[in-house]
Amino acid sequence: MNIQWFVLFFSAAVVSATPLLLATLGELLSEESGNLNLGVEGMMYMGAVTGFTVGFMTENALLAVAAAAAAGSVGALIFGFLTITLRANQIVSGLTLTLFGTGFAGFVGTPIVGNKTPQVIIDTFTKIRIPLLGNIPIIGDIFFNQDLLIYFSYLLVLAAGLYLYHTRWGLNGRMVGENPAAADSLGISVTASRYAHALLGGALCGLGGGYLSLVYVPSWQDSMVAGRGWIAVALVIFSKWNPYKVILGALFFGGLDIIGFRLQRFDLPISTYFLDALPYLMTIMVLVIDTMRKDSFSKAPQALGASYFREER
Amino acid sequence: MVRVIQLPTCSLRRKVLIRTTAILSSLVFAGVLLLFLGHNPISVYGSILEGGLGSSYRFKETLTRMIPLALTSLGIGLSFRMKFWNIGGEGQIMMGAFGAAFVGLNYSHLPQPLVLTLMGLAGIICGGLWALLPAFLKVKYRTNETILTLMLNYVALKWITYIQYVAWRDPEAFGYPKIPNLESSAQLPRIFGIHIGIILVPLLVLFMYLFITYTKKGYEIRVIGENELTAQYAGMPVKKIILSTLFVSGGICGLVGMIQIAGVNRTLSIDVSNNVGYTAIIISWLAQLDAIAILAASFLFAVMVEGGSYIQTVYQIPQAAASLLQGLILFFVLGSEFFIKYQMVFTSKKAERLLLEATTEPIQE
Repeated sequence: MNIQWFVLFFSAAVVSATPLLLATLGELLSEESGNLNLGVEGMMYMGAVTGFTVGFMTENALLAVAAAAAAGSVGALIFGFLTITLRANQIVSGLTLTLFGTGFAGFVGTPIVGNKTPQVIIDTFTKIRIPLLGNIPIIGDIFFNQDLLIYFSYLLVLAAGLYLYHTRWGLNGRMVGENPAAADSLGISVTASRYAHALLGGALCGLGGGYLSLVYVPSWQDSMVAGRGWIAVALVIFSKWNPYKVILGALFFGGLDIIGFRLQRFDLPISTYFLDALPYLMTIMVLVIDTMRKDSFSKAPQALGASYFREER
Repeated sequence: MVRVIQLPTCSLRRKVLIRTTAILSSLVFAGVLLLFLGHNPISVYGSILEGGLGSSYRFKETLTRMIPLALTSLGIGLSFRMKFWNIGGEGQIMMGAFGAAFVGLNYSHLPQPLVLTLMGLAGIICGGLWALLPAFLKVKYRTNETILTLMLNYVALKWITYIQYVAWRDPEAFGYPKIPNLESSAQLPRIFGIHIGIILVPLLVLFMYLFITYTKKGYEIRVIGENELTAQYAGMPVKKIILSTLFVSGGICGLVGMIQIAGVNRTLSIDVSNNVGYTAIIISWLAQLDAIAILAASFLFAVMVEGGSYIQTVYQIPQAAASLLQGLILFFVLGSEFFIKYQMVFTSKKAERLLLEATTEPIQE
């Protein structure tokens, strides 16, 4: 394993980490205001298939990406309407959204299975080396010789951190997630805040799905999301609801995702099917190790998963 | 102005009315979507019914599809009762099928009743253990069971893929990646053209109903679902109950795996669970975990799935339309719960003011 292999591996890990990073950030924003939306997988599917279809028909990269995000938001809107307005159980609503989104992708996607992403869009998201930063040895090759959406995801992490800890809306949203009754008594609209965060989170999940179909694969394949939405849900817990720590978790799992494929040429005495199971096994390990520590859920928003009804307090 | 009032109770008649309205609304909504896609919704729905029930052959196919759906829904419904969100039915079915296939492939020289019994036991044990693992982590460390059970589905899928493509691959299958077929002694006998797994369905429905309603264990499971703390204060061994219930829940799913390979597929492959584990989640929620309602809902869904594959050939509507429709139905039913718990009251401005004056005393926290 020489240095060149190392750089190539980590550079590819950044790419496969991006859908996870986007979806995890999305779920984190949603959870901060109290929405435990387990429909991440479904929203990613909705984003992936809608982004791909729009890109396929219009050959416009921006429209495709916007459509992916919008589709994720539509999924989140269904979730929000059910859980915020109609006060349905968040867990069951999220699970249903996952089943619905997967079905939606199968329904819309079946006629176009196997089609490639238009060349114009692939060219738009080709790797671009950033001047100066890109010239740093190793680090520059790994992080700053990537595509536009990856740079955008870096900015999103910073923006999410600033938003949650340093802006009024972000802080209000977190208060709604901690104690909706207190926020309500201060005149903060619990409903508006929860809808806003759910929709924003859904858009990022949709974008993560869109990245898969438009850039990562890049074609439409059945069962493309393959559990990434669920890994994202686990990564939120792993990162302790801290947007900056999401990067670490996403990179780790991005690396695991490709390790089976990358290690094939080394003739290891282990079947690639076991290496393919690594991301899922590691998610279990990480969750268990994390919850073994006593304080693991102390960082979770206190009202996570609970509907709020003013007259019920 | 609209006011939302919480209802203390809801009559059975109102509940049934609301749920029926919800299901009908979802069908109307899906019908409008079909209209936009250029299909006549009434004839599409008609074809779904025809594809699911149209002939004696199709009816038998539908019943065969209903068997795993009903059994799995009853199985995972048991864990849902405790608010343990076991969405690992898919993996539990696969691991059960794996255990059963191991017995079926290696011990087929034994008499048929013995082989089948051993296969069933192997299925129950493997599926049960696959569910016991997340249950153990949940009671020990409070690890999120939803993610655990789902991740274990993927681990099981990769395991079966390895088994099918590498470990047990049939060398005489001309390079085709498949496991050898089960001998006839390891296959379920048939009655009226349906494998005898169907007998288990009414038996398990009856058993579940009696178990949940009348036994001490069933009562304990219900109490844990209502409030775990209450159960603890009452001195129930909560952890032990969760573990044993999850073993049974996963064991039933594992038995489904055995039934599918011994009754339908005749071999083990990655298609053994065929999304049954996921569909069963919808069914048991839709049926509000009621054993008899699960039977009805499973039949309905089996008709939809069987009819779904029929409309694919007639209208070129992708088969995923069936799961889309299932998701829609559940969305509507979930939303309709609101109208069971609450009531909307429309009041005029004047009545609103009077109400405000009447309730000027401080609100108690």
